[in-house]
Amino acid sequence: MTAHASQPAGDPAARPGVSGFLQVKDLRVHFPTDDGVVKSVDGLSFNLERGETLGIVGESGSGKSVTSLSIMGLHPPGTAKISGRVVLQGDNLIDASREHIRRLRGKNMAMIFQDPLSAMHPFYTVGHQIIEAYRVHNKVSRQVARKHAIDMLGRVGIPQPGSRVDEYPHQFSGGMRQRAMIAMALSCDPELLIADEPTTALDVTVQAQILDLIRDLQKEFNSAVIIITHDLGVVAELADDILVMYAGRGVEYATAHEIFTAPQHPYTWGLLGSMPRLDRERTERLKPIQGTPPSLINVPSGCPFHPRCIYAELNGGACETERPEFVEISPRHFLACHLPAQDRQRVWENDIKPTL
Amino acid sequence: MITYIIRRLLASVGLLFVVSVITFSIFFVVPRIAGGTPETLATRYVGRAATAETVHLTAQRLGFYDPMTVQYANWAKGIVLGAEYDYGAGVERCPAPCLGYSFITRQPVWPDLLDRAPVTASLAVGASILWLLAGVSTGVLSALRRGTIFDRAAMGVALAGVSLPIFFTGLVSLAFFSYTLGWTAPGGQFVPFTQNPAEWAYSMILPWITLSFLFSAQYARLTRAGMLETMHEDYIRTARAKGLRERNVVVQHGLRAALTPILTIFGLDVGLLLGGAVLTEKTFSLNGLGKYAVDGIVSQDMPKIMGVTLLAAFFIVMANLVVDLLYAVVDPRVRTQ
Repeated sequence: MTAHASQPAGDPAARPGVSGFLQVKDLRVHFPTDDGVVKSVDGLSFNLERGETLGIVGESGSGKSVTSLSIMGLHPPGTAKISGRVVLQGDNLIDASREHIRRLRGKNMAMIFQDPLSAMHPFYTVGHQIIEAYRVHNKVSRQVARKHAIDMLGRVGIPQPGSRVDEYPHQFSGGMRQRAMIAMALSCDPELLIADEPTTALDVTVQAQILDLIRDLQKEFNSAVIIITHDLGVVAELADDILVMYAGRGVEYATAHEIFTAPQHPYTWGLLGSMPRLDRERTERLKPIQGTPPSLINVPSGCPFHPRCIYAELNGGACETERPEFVEISPRHFLACHLPAQDRQRVWENDIKPTL
Repeated sequence: MITYIIRRLLASVGLLFVVSVITFSIFFVVPRIAGGTPETLATRYVGRAATAETVHLTAQRLGFYDPMTVQYANWAKGIVLGAEYDYGAGVERCPAPCLGYSFITRQPVWPDLLDRAPVTASLAVGASILWLLAGVSTGVLSALRRGTIFDRAAMGVALAGVSLPIFFTGLVSLAFFSYTLGWTAPGGQFVPFTQNPAEWAYSMILPWITLSFLFSAQYARLTRAGMLETMHEDYIRTARAKGLRERNVVVQHGLRAALTPILTIFGLDVGLLLGGAVLTEKTFSLNGLGKYAVDGIVSQDMPKIMGVTLLAAFFIVMANLVVDLLYAVVDPRVRTQ
């Protein structure tokens, strides 16, 4: 699979030999504001199969959540200008009518949100909210839906689901709430599940349980999963592929194994360096990435990461002026970086790898 | 839940006691602090040309020389058990609940209040239903169409509504709808509901609309602000992510949450109105509690004013209680605390 010659820019959305359950191609989500156009997502492409898990990683404001909301069609009409293609089972969601997308939401694609306390309605019981989700897409009686809700609560590991179904979200603990949220998302057996920071608001002890649960349920339902997180530890557990986002663009996209063993982008190195590791000496300090994420109104020229990249000077100007193309540097490994391959290899082997 | 109800009930009883102490103080203690003597208080209860001795005797009979605590006890006893006023020539009875006895009309106040309350209640109930419907629906539509011409127009009208005094809107609408067009009854006619519901509504429709215009404006603004806030909540996004129809998202998830604080204000507003809508009653010449209080003030008939004050305070305390209990029904988080 030498895509270089025929496809100089690479096309992460069109991997040969796969059916393409979900294809996102050149997705752009721009928000016109009084201060200028906020380019939250600016040319993003990826591909996902059923049964696979994609991790989307990046700092706050890198466009991860905006991406997931655009796939779900959850941007209020008139607020965002969306272009590109989001194809779910051959159905382009960007051009589809709102009613068509509404019918897909919950049934074909479902979402788990970050903070289950604020994401569940405080005035309705957990059961009511699951029943509601189920009955939108299934013409069944209340009793049948209630049985289904109890069944779902049991499957996500909530004890005594028969009585807890009538409790309110505030009566659940944080982990239980997220389990209930997952039960709600999975109630219609969706083919695509998007989890937006599913463990960020939870205790560390509960995080692993929730991730295990998502993985087990994914096997059971054979769904495609997108995990959005700023925590590489989370995707290390779950993801088959990892897409690293920066300033609304993909900067590196490869298998999880490749991202952890042979990352090529300075930003990915930075993320890896700022991840706490139990197997390292405690005296070693974490290495945060310098600076702050860029403004999405005035995205830096050239490579948007160049003001924070300590290797930008190695390259004699291209980083500051030219936007690097997102190219396939080796099979299933896409990268947007101007650094010559030898330099990247050298820096990774000599400077980065030993410190991780 | 039971303990919550009991706690709220006990709190209401305590509140009523505090209200009675304050009302008593306003009418009997404050004048003394301000320099009045038992005699100056008693002059309000005798004729203009009374001799000093008559005044002294009256003050004695009304117990104005007693310590304040005794006076309060007797006064409170009157409310619960009824009172008798001996003014020499004879004994006047004021059966329980004796909220006051007018020495000018020689009548207990309570039957008067019972007489007037239906007028005020009709006004309050009719107007509150109207303004709740009009205000909330306008507010919801405005919030959903934020920034559109509809929103701007509705909020402009609402601004006018909260700014224009009732005696202006009332008189203008009377002049136009009643006297020019003849669509509605002129002021001053009240037909009890029990007598003829249709005529009751006909006689009240203009006061209702006028009063509800004022309140609708306020409720439209409140609802709009509440809806704008709740429609940005995470649970609204969740409801949409489930694939619910937008109408259900707005009504069952958005409005349901936005209505809760409005319910509180609604209960208090209705409670307040039940004690008398002074301006509306005066404008439309309705013989309600508000007008009764004004008449009492004009004729310096203290017991009348005190009677309305006590009744109005009672309504507000009750409204508070109802709101508290309703809150537990509406918001499950209150129930378990």
